[in-house]
Formats: sequence, C-alpha cells, structure tokens
Amino acid sequence: MSAPLIADEALGASLGAAVALGAAFGFALERAGLGSARKLVGQFYGRDLAVMKVMFSALVVAMLGVFWLSRWGLLDLRAVYVPLTYLWPQLFGGLVFGAGLVVAGLCPGTACVAAATGRVDGVFVLLGFLAGMIGVGLVLGSFADFYTSGAHGAWTLPELTGLPYGSVVAAVVVLALAAFAGAEWFERRVR
Amino acid sequence: MNAQPDARAPSDRAYSDPYLAGAGLGVVLLAAFVLVGRGLGASGAFASTAAGAVVAIAPERAAASPLFSHYLEGQGPWLEWLSFELAGVMFGAWVSAKLARRLRIAVERPPALARGSRLAFAFGGGVAMAIGAALARGCTSGQALTGGALLSVGGWLFLGVAFAAAHTLAPFVRRLWS
Repeated sequence: MSAPLIADEALGASLGAAVALGAAFGFALERAGLGSARKLVGQFYGRDLAVMKVMFSALVVAMLGVFWLSRWGLLDLRAVYVPLTYLWPQLFGGLVFGAGLVVAGLCPGTACVAAATGRVDGVFVLLGFLAGMIGVGLVLGSFADFYTSGAHGAWTLPELTGLPYGSVVAAVVVLALAAFAGAEWFERRVR
Repeated sequence: MNAQPDARAPSDRAYSDPYLAGAGLGVVLLAAFVLVGRGLGASGAFASTAAGAVVAIAPERAAASPLFSHYLEGQGPWLEWLSFELAGVMFGAWVSAKLARRLRIAVERPPALARGSRLAFAFGGGVAMAIGAALARGCTSGQALTGGALLSVGGWLFLGVAFAAAHTLAPFVRRLWS
C-alpha cells in the first residue's frame, strides 16, 4: 500500500475527504484561538506569539510525517502536489498579503473561523477577499508576464541548496525549536 | 469549560495550548497529504468562486483571465476541492466554538475604534490579501503551511516576506488594535 489513498478521479471520495479534513482544520484553528483577530495580531505587536507557535508546530509535524512516511515507502512523494514556485509574484504577493493581514487581522482561513463563530469582522474580511479576487482576476491578463515570472515549477529547498532532504528537515526542526525557545523567553520578558 | 484564573488575559484563558493545537493541525495536514496527495488551503476556494461568478456573467472575460481560466478546466469552478474543504473549516470551527461556549455575534475591535471603521478596514485588508494571494498562488494555508511543510522554495519565500511585511507595517496601524 502506498499513499495517496484517494485518486483524483474518485471525485465523491475526494470531496468527502475535503469536508472532513476541513472540519478538523477549522476545529484546530478555533481551539488555538486564531479566529480572534485581536489575538492573531498580538503576533505582530509581540504580545502573543501564538500564530508563530501554531504555524511552526503544524509545519514541523507535517514535514516530519511526510519525510518519514516517504522514507518508509508508505507515501509516494511524486504523487503529492508541491505548490509551484514563481519567485517575483510570490515575493510581491507576499508583501501585499502581509500588509493586508495586519490591517484585516485575519487571514482567509482564520477569517472563515471568525465568520463561523459569529464575528462580523470575519465576514467583512471574506467579502473583501472575494471582491478582491474578482477584481484581480479581471485585470490579471494585463499583467500576465509578471504573473508567470521567475517560474521554477515544483522547486524545493533541498534542490535549491543541494543538501540532502533529511539535512534540510533537520535544519527546519532546529530553526523551529530555536524560535519556540526565543518566543517563550520573549513572552516571559514582556509579561 | 471553567479554566482556572491565571496571569493571562481572560480572553486567552479558554484557548488550547498553541503547541498542542499546532501539532493537531500538523496531523490534519499530514492526513491530507496521505489521503488525497495535496495539502490544505483557503484562497483557492475564493478564486474558484470568483471564476464561477464571472464565467456566468462574462464567459469571455473569465476565459481570458490567467487566474480564472485555471478553474474552468476539469470539474469546473463549483466542485473545487478547496471550496468543500472550507465548508468543512466553517463547520469544524463552529463545532469547536459551540463546545467551548465561545459562539457570540460580535465585531472584534478595540474600544477606541468605531464599529464601521473596523468593518471597513476588515474589508480593505481582505481586498489587499486577495491581490497578494492571487499573485502568490496561495495564502497562509496553501503557500506558507502546505508549501512550507513540503519545503517549497516559493512557500518559504511567501512565509518570510508576508510575516516581515506584517511586522514592519504593524507599528503604523497600531490605532487599529489598541
């Protein structure tokens, strides 16, 4: 047996898994308190570093799981979709996204959590996000060259650095542990 | 749930430990890789919904858009995987808040900021994030978290610059949050 277990062609099973995985995702985000804009922006004012702790913990757990499952032959990495790299639009898009994030106080996923738990500001973030998507989609044809610039396909850090997969995984774990230690030290100092 | 009083702000008290919630989220993300060979996301659901709306009104404009045309292939914009996932997110969040007795209709804002202003900034921030997420082909979930876990160069680039931009801009918009 080798994962992924559900083929793209099995649309019903795939969409059923989408709802179930989404429900668990939303449950975890709400438990962490990330449906609250004021808690979330605490990250950017050094009051509450929960965003970084949640994201880095999740990233490291999933990264280690993918690494070991593929090493044991249980997960076929070639069948896992790696988001494509387009350097320039991702650099510029990241900057604009980060600016919008600190103004909105919620990212698209956490805005769904906010909206579902009764926060009207979450609903307005989602309305703005949908309106923005319609607007940007209508004008993006004029910026097609920029939109596809710096294209590198499915490009990973091991390929970029020439280091073995396991070494990059270990480096990310060390980075995360250092960030957690730094966050705990910083929060103790602030309180 | 009655949490014991502690040194933290009352609003934080009931939430789970961030490392525990994060590890749980990581297991969910890993389950997505194992079950369907893809990670979690959010912005794609809005891009596909926008594509579906535009194609119904102006099909030629939708087909000409590099953002929308992507969602018109295959099963079409209304059966997008991420839209079903996000419906799940809203359900799961509602269940979690219901169990913890955190469901409450409210506009989250500091006392000094008018309700209308908060909603206007929420909408405007949403528009800016849409521009960013469309260009980056994903947001905090699809690029930073999913791409990050798969060690994608673009995912780490997005994660780094988005958080750097938010931290840099934060002092200038302090009025919105305190």
